[in-house]
Amino acid sequence: MLEIRGLTKSFGALRATDAVDLDVQEGETLAIIGPNGAGKTTLISQLAGNLRPDAGTIRFAGEDITRLPAPKRSRKGFARSFQITSVYPDFTALENVALAVQAHAGHSFRFWRPTRGDAALTGPARRVLEEVGLGARSDVLAVNMSHGEHRQLEVAMALATRPRLLLLDEPMAGMGIEESQLMISLLASLKGGHTIVLVEHDMDAVFRLADRIAVLVYGRVIATDSPEKIKMNEEVRKAYLGEEA
Amino acid sequence: MKSRIILWILTVALLIALPPAVLAIGQPFYLDLVRRVMIFAIAAISLNLILGYGGLVSFGHAAYLGIGGYAVGILGFYGFHNGWLQWGVAIGASALVAAAIGAVSVRTSGIYFIMITLAFTQMLYYLGISLEEYGGDDGMRLKARSQFPLIDLGDPVVFYYLVLAFMLLSVYFTYRIVNSRFGMVLRAAKSNEARSRAIGFSPYPYRLAAFVIAGAMCGLAGALLVNHTNYLTPDFMHWTRSGEVMFMVILGGMASTAGPVLGAFALLLVEDLLSGWTEHWQVILGPLLILSVVFFRRGLAGMFYKPDA
Repeated sequence: MLEIRGLTKSFGALRATDAVDLDVQEGETLAIIGPNGAGKTTLISQLAGNLRPDAGTIRFAGEDITRLPAPKRSRKGFARSFQITSVYPDFTALENVALAVQAHAGHSFRFWRPTRGDAALTGPARRVLEEVGLGARSDVLAVNMSHGEHRQLEVAMALATRPRLLLLDEPMAGMGIEESQLMISLLASLKGGHTIVLVEHDMDAVFRLADRIAVLVYGRVIATDSPEKIKMNEEVRKAYLGEEA
Repeated sequence: MKSRIILWILTVALLIALPPAVLAIGQPFYLDLVRRVMIFAIAAISLNLILGYGGLVSFGHAAYLGIGGYAVGILGFYGFHNGWLQWGVAIGASALVAAAIGAVSVRTSGIYFIMITLAFTQMLYYLGISLEEYGGDDGMRLKARSQFPLIDLGDPVVFYYLVLAFMLLSVYFTYRIVNSRFGMVLRAAKSNEARSRAIGFSPYPYRLAAFVIAGAMCGLAGALLVNHTNYLTPDFMHWTRSGEVMFMVILGGMASTAGPVLGAFALLLVEDLLSGWTEHWQVILGPLLILSVVFFRRGLAGMFYKPDA
């Protein structure tokens, strides 16, 4: 479904993404792992359309989308969560998610009717909030929510756009053990129904969720394989897992 | 919510009761003052739509006061006193100019946006000065106020109530807009643009549309203002005017319904009071404004603000 060929991005002398080739199949969960500074977020940002690659192509469902800006990618079915929480702090959880629904419900040049009571927006938004476990928190301002709840809200906003491809940038970042377990089971429930590209540090999460794992080191993909084979891979152990194993 | 509605009702009742009261005590001057305040309140309400809700720091909003004023003044100069025509042209021309300025400026952000909007308004200001036929630098007197069937703007009380009605309509209109789908996109893009883009919104067309709506609304304020002063001058578009309107919004409370109205009343009434005492009233007003910004973080409207959840 997603074909990445020769993707390259440099910042000055630093090659953050170095001739990356990757394929993501429909319905699979591909995890991208790698040490800090390996270029994982840079890669996700290029996939989401927030960053323009210097070279290479990204094809989605057969179509070249390398130069498509982020909003248009979203409308094609991309959804992203950010490593650093990115929600609308002054809006309630419900309003946050309703906005994501609204973004995919035709144009928004509608000037008169309040969105607050608009069931076409709040209905789907409430369902998604239930799904991620925030049903009871829908009227809380995002600014007053906990870090773990922000991460859930990010996933909710991504889901509300009814995406074909979920790009999740460290959804477990900064979470406690309990919160992480909740998030892992949430993502596990999405698996299969969605195509997911997951960037994550939490190895426990990666090995439980991923169908395949790509290992990124200094901007290069040094291995792409099933979780079992990645665990056994010498090069990967040396570059990355070795630090923990 | 309920207490806010009660405050609104009290305010409106007070404003409705004002003309007979000031006429009874023989002080028609106050009618003039409050009418002027309410006209500026409309300008501030329109700026609040893009500044407060849209995060577009336009430092050239007085341009539309000028365009609205010139539309009425120039048409009157050629003998067209029909109010529908004058005000229609005032609003339409303001919208057009806002579309042109916005098309260029709304793509930029931060300091660039401030500078571009300021630059365009300065251009219009100097254009006004160069129009010798219409008084140039000195401006010109209106031959007559805009003429409407049944409504006589020459009658200060009638004119006062008309301005009051327009101000309340502007408040209501803006209130509806900012809570609509359109308004939510606008506010969301101000709150977190990266997030908006990620969920599929391109903020530009919405911001541009808001910029045009704000320009048109301020054009109406310009048409009212020139009828109020009976005098057209390029000073309508002077950059200090833009600053003044911006200050009303900030002082009153950005992104609040009542903020710009409170701001316009506070600023212009204090200005009037101080200028009655001393010639150097600006020396006192300046520090007062600084203190008010320091102590009222959410503006004057923030005094009525209760955190929701």
